[in-house]
Amino acid sequence: MTRDSITGSRIRERRLMVGLRQTELARQAEISASYLNLIEHNRRPIGGKLLVTIARILAVEPSVLTEGAQAALISGLREAAIDAGIDTAELDRAEEFAGRFSGWAEALVAGHRRVASLERIVETLSDRLTHDPQLAASLHEVLSTAAAIRSTASILVEIDEVDADWRDRFHRNLNQDSRRLAESSKALLAYLDESPDAGKARGTPQEEVDAFLTAHAYHFPELEQADADPKLLAQHAPELTTDAARQIAAVILTQIAEDARTLPIAPFRAALGRVGLQPAALGREFACDLPTVFRRLAAMPPEALPGELGLVVCDASGSILFRRAMAGFVVPRFAASCPLWPLFTALARPMMPIRRRVEQAGSSPTRFDCWAIAWPQQVTDFNADPLLRSYMLILPVADQGGAAQSAHKVGSSCRVCPREACSARREPSVMAKGFDTESDAGLS
Amino acid sequence: MTGRHVLLIEDEPNIIEAIRFLLTREGWKVDSHTHGGDAIEVVQRIKPDLLILDVMLPGKSGMDILQELRALPEYANLPVLMLTARGQMRDRDMAERAGVSRFMTKPFSNIEVLDAVRDLLTQTSRS
Repeated sequence: MTRDSITGSRIRERRLMVGLRQTELARQAEISASYLNLIEHNRRPIGGKLLVTIARILAVEPSVLTEGAQAALISGLREAAIDAGIDTAELDRAEEFAGRFSGWAEALVAGHRRVASLERIVETLSDRLTHDPQLAASLHEVLSTAAAIRSTASILVEIDEVDADWRDRFHRNLNQDSRRLAESSKALLAYLDESPDAGKARGTPQEEVDAFLTAHAYHFPELEQADADPKLLAQHAPELTTDAARQIAAVILTQIAEDARTLPIAPFRAALGRVGLQPAALGREFACDLPTVFRRLAAMPPEALPGELGLVVCDASGSILFRRAMAGFVVPRFAASCPLWPLFTALARPMMPIRRRVEQAGSSPTRFDCWAIAWPQQVTDFNADPLLRSYMLILPVADQGGAAQSAHKVGSSCRVCPREACSARREPSVMAKGFDTESDAGLS
Repeated sequence: MTGRHVLLIEDEPNIIEAIRFLLTREGWKVDSHTHGGDAIEVVQRIKPDLLILDVMLPGKSGMDILQELRALPEYANLPVLMLTARGQMRDRDMAERAGVSRFMTKPFSNIEVLDAVRDLLTQTSRS
């Protein structure tokens, strides 16, 4: 149903809102009640003088009756309907629903957004709870101290004949452990209180580096200069608080500086404007390999790029070494990623570029164009096995509604992926069946 | 059962102290060790009748120690009570696959530990 064809629904809604009977409105508008009934049920078009008359009677501007509900509301309803698997016929009635029941529609859209936001938090927290080594160590510290306190206190209370030396020792232990428990609980709380936002520096050195790169939008003007000193930049970055983080950042910044020398910003920007986001064409123009083009694109200033892009780099073990976030494409921070990503497919076909459209499962499945290639780091000697790294450039897809079969279904990581029937599944998902991990732990 | 020998590998000294008190009071001999890295050598040297093993240890995890022990024929049937702060089903499954005899999550009660040790040593003496 088109936007204009539900004007009748809005007339009916407005009439009911002001408490006017259909016959009374028809009388004032000098039309028959049956004709008004047809208009209100969108079975007769309305416009011109009659629309103006009815709008005046209902004390609204005619445009309020002819314009659709807010685009965002309609769009939100469509998203909610797609996620719920509602069929196309119902989808077509989203605008009508929003027009007739705007309050309910707003509540539904707000609820859907809240669910999506909570799912995102669940994904992040599940990832952290399962794989974050710092959190695991903190929990271990708290529970071990609690175990020591419980055991010691129990001895003192339940056993009568504890001799004086042991009793004194246990009292000291209790005092010591209770202090430790207070400290470790406070530290754990502080850690959990931190926002799951990737931009907030915390936790592991890799997280610090991610926050540092994000804060700079992955672009460092000082590294575009010939005399750039990446190590000095990493050394003095206020976002980097640990030596490990500074070392990781220095390696990344050194690579960015090398890439900037290979593909200087001015000619690369000009080529980008000329050929667009075509990595192979850019590589040919500058006679350089695709990984260099990928990395250079990821380190360009945002205004030089025709649109948003993401980049993920992993080593041959599948460990993620670098990530430039792409909105909507979830790259787990700690958990192992989905093995169906072209990033990993490329590892099986070194030096062969792969271009693949993927749809990442989630509360709102989203499609991306992924360009991947695995490339040897260096060839050091004859018969020496090459050390591979795989690179995947991620670009948004404008037409999210294209043919479903044209996109490869992938996930982020098994634990938060709702696609139960997946041959690549390693462990049960907390999203597919809720949070009862015990009930679905039998998955082979 | 008096005189049976228990080795406790745990990096939390006050847990060691409490368990040592409880078990020695019952007549068992208790040795302890706080590092995972050389745990196999310590087991081979002490030759305990029962091993109480923490999971998160410096040097080597309790899971790895258990797997390595089970690969040695002389320790294939050694009773192992595993104490861990990680009590999720998948940790329990992992421990069972590695060959644990009993799995207990922290914080545990003294009665639970004593009962488990008694049960495991009784089963061993019967077999």
